[in-house]
Amino acid sequence: MEKFGILESRVVPLKVKDIDTDQIIPARFLKATSREGFGENLFRDWRYDEEGNPKPDFILNSDRYSGSILVADENFGCGSSREHAAWALVDYGFKAVVSSYFADIFKGNALNNGLLPVQVSQEFLEIIFNQIKENPNQYLLIDLQNQVISISGKEISEEFDINPYKKMCMLNGYDDIDFLLSKKADIEAFEKEHIEF
Amino acid sequence: MAKTLFEKVWDRHVVSKVDGGQEIIYIDRHFIHEVTSPQAFDGIRNRGIGLFRKDRIVATADHNVPTKDQHLPIRDFLSKHQVDTLTKNCEDFGIDLYGLGHPYQGIVHVIGPELGITKPGMTIVCGDSHTSTHGAFGTIAFGIGTSQVEQVMATQCLLLQRPKTMRITIDGKLQDGVFSKDLILYIISKLGTAGGTGYFVEYAGSAIRSLSMEARMTICNMSIEMGARGGMIAPDETTFEYIKDRKYAPKGEEWTKAVEYWSSLYSDENATFDAEFEFDAADIEPMITYGTNPGMGIGVTQRVPTSAEVDSPDSLKKSLDYMGLDEGESLIGKPIDHVFIGSCTNSRIEDLRIVAEFVKGKKKAENVTAMIVPGSKQVEEQARKEGLHDVLSEAGFELREPGCSACLGMNDDKIPKGEYCVSTSNRNFEGRQGPGARTMLVSPLTAAVIAVEGKIVDARNYIGEEVPA
Repeated sequence: MEKFGILESRVVPLKVKDIDTDQIIPARFLKATSREGFGENLFRDWRYDEEGNPKPDFILNSDRYSGSILVADENFGCGSSREHAAWALVDYGFKAVVSSYFADIFKGNALNNGLLPVQVSQEFLEIIFNQIKENPNQYLLIDLQNQVISISGKEISEEFDINPYKKMCMLNGYDDIDFLLSKKADIEAFEKEHIEF
Repeated sequence: MAKTLFEKVWDRHVVSKVDGGQEIIYIDRHFIHEVTSPQAFDGIRNRGIGLFRKDRIVATADHNVPTKDQHLPIRDFLSKHQVDTLTKNCEDFGIDLYGLGHPYQGIVHVIGPELGITKPGMTIVCGDSHTSTHGAFGTIAFGIGTSQVEQVMATQCLLLQRPKTMRITIDGKLQDGVFSKDLILYIISKLGTAGGTGYFVEYAGSAIRSLSMEARMTICNMSIEMGARGGMIAPDETTFEYIKDRKYAPKGEEWTKAVEYWSSLYSDENATFDAEFEFDAADIEPMITYGTNPGMGIGVTQRVPTSAEVDSPDSLKKSLDYMGLDEGESLIGKPIDHVFIGSCTNSRIEDLRIVAEFVKGKKKAENVTAMIVPGSKQVEEQARKEGLHDVLSEAGFELREPGCSACLGMNDDKIPKGEYCVSTSNRNFEGRQGPGARTMLVSPLTAAVIAVEGKIVDARNYIGEEVPA
């Protein structure tokens, strides 16, 4: 997993609530057996028509916006547990998603793939949307160490929460498996006492 | 100290606590399927490690399998490759596989309980969000991502933040023609798609206690649709009766000991929850969804809300545009193109019985295609034994072989663009049943009645009961 330190980037704003993982990557594109290549079909049915032509009014097809930060309205990533949603976002080039609310499983999947979910207040989210609307070239700065997200060049910022263990993993590029493997003795000791019916 | 059901089960599975509030939780059973496991097996191989406890893993092929001619090779190349990869991985690593052609094959959340693998007090995970289904037995069961599938393969554990607890109490009696599917759609419509985020839910109350295990599974299954990680119901005589004598149920003295332990799994009287909700079962009418998430549901006699009545008019407009519906519209009388009965929510034998009982001697409407996909080979076999197959065929339903099918449209079972499908599945997201498909979620009885009438109706009017004023 890649290390995450400071990210400063332009932004892709997607002002839609309750974006479910079936929109992020529809089920019919889950047939691959590797983690790569899902970016091609990210937001497939919003992004392309039936013939596979880009829909000009969808944000990823617009020349006005680009960058490695996706900003979406509340309850991002609800629905299916498919980690393919996180893989598709990473494969496309996103390194962080900003929203006022994330679904649990998506949040965990994102963190396990070096994609930082930044949860901000609804007010701050509106400020970001407004700033980007005014100036599509506006950058956002995400400082994980200090847990601060700010509108670059302006004195507008907000602190965000992250689990301390997960923060350490993101900063160092560690994953949970390395950690759990180091606890094998504890797990084996637990098993000796664990009665299952 | 008084504990909730969730806390009793969770506490028995804590291996250790870690700085930052995370806990290492031991997982008793791990179900895997073809779609979310291949990358995890690759991870295990790349690390050069084996499976930590292969005997705790059970595999089946369900998401991506055809529901026609399962005895023939899968025609779609990518689907075949994915299913073959599961078979090879299970062979390489020595995992029990109930694959295509096996008499126990089926949807993972149908076969676990029916084989007696799912038991009270367990922790169960699977790379599928509807793993919450198993919570009906008083287990902590929840969906995980593929990285976590790999973690469980490597260590039989997960690193987790303890969720908050919520209790939803439903007292009273459900009206005739109203089922557990209506109950859970009602709850989700009240709490919203994110109302349960961060919580593990316990369903309690007299209405829950009176439900069969199949009906309880339908409720726990859809917990994720309000954002909750899982849902659970305290085990009781109904639970024990269901498990008894199943293939992997404890036998003899083991059974007695197990029931004794299982009987201790309930929330203590003084236990506290982080959130509580109460509903009256009698208030619930047959439900139907009008929008593009499971929270957008109404009683079938109610009208679609207007912009003025909702918190987010933009979302409502986007959903109604997709669904081809108008604000404030009544859905009664609206013609339907397809009826799908199946999925891990409603494909068990009880669901098939409800449908068969209603359609017996009737015919589906000409404007409707009606497909029924049993949850497992055992359900299919049982339906045959009881003669349900003949009843359903004579009514014009197409009977398929087990799989997830048109619930998520990974295989050929897709609803065409713009057409309406009344479905017993769990998600009405845009494109869920195929690009442009318009899904309306309902109970199996409502689906059966609509299949016969060809349009949206109130099922209560067709079962010899008058609708209360």
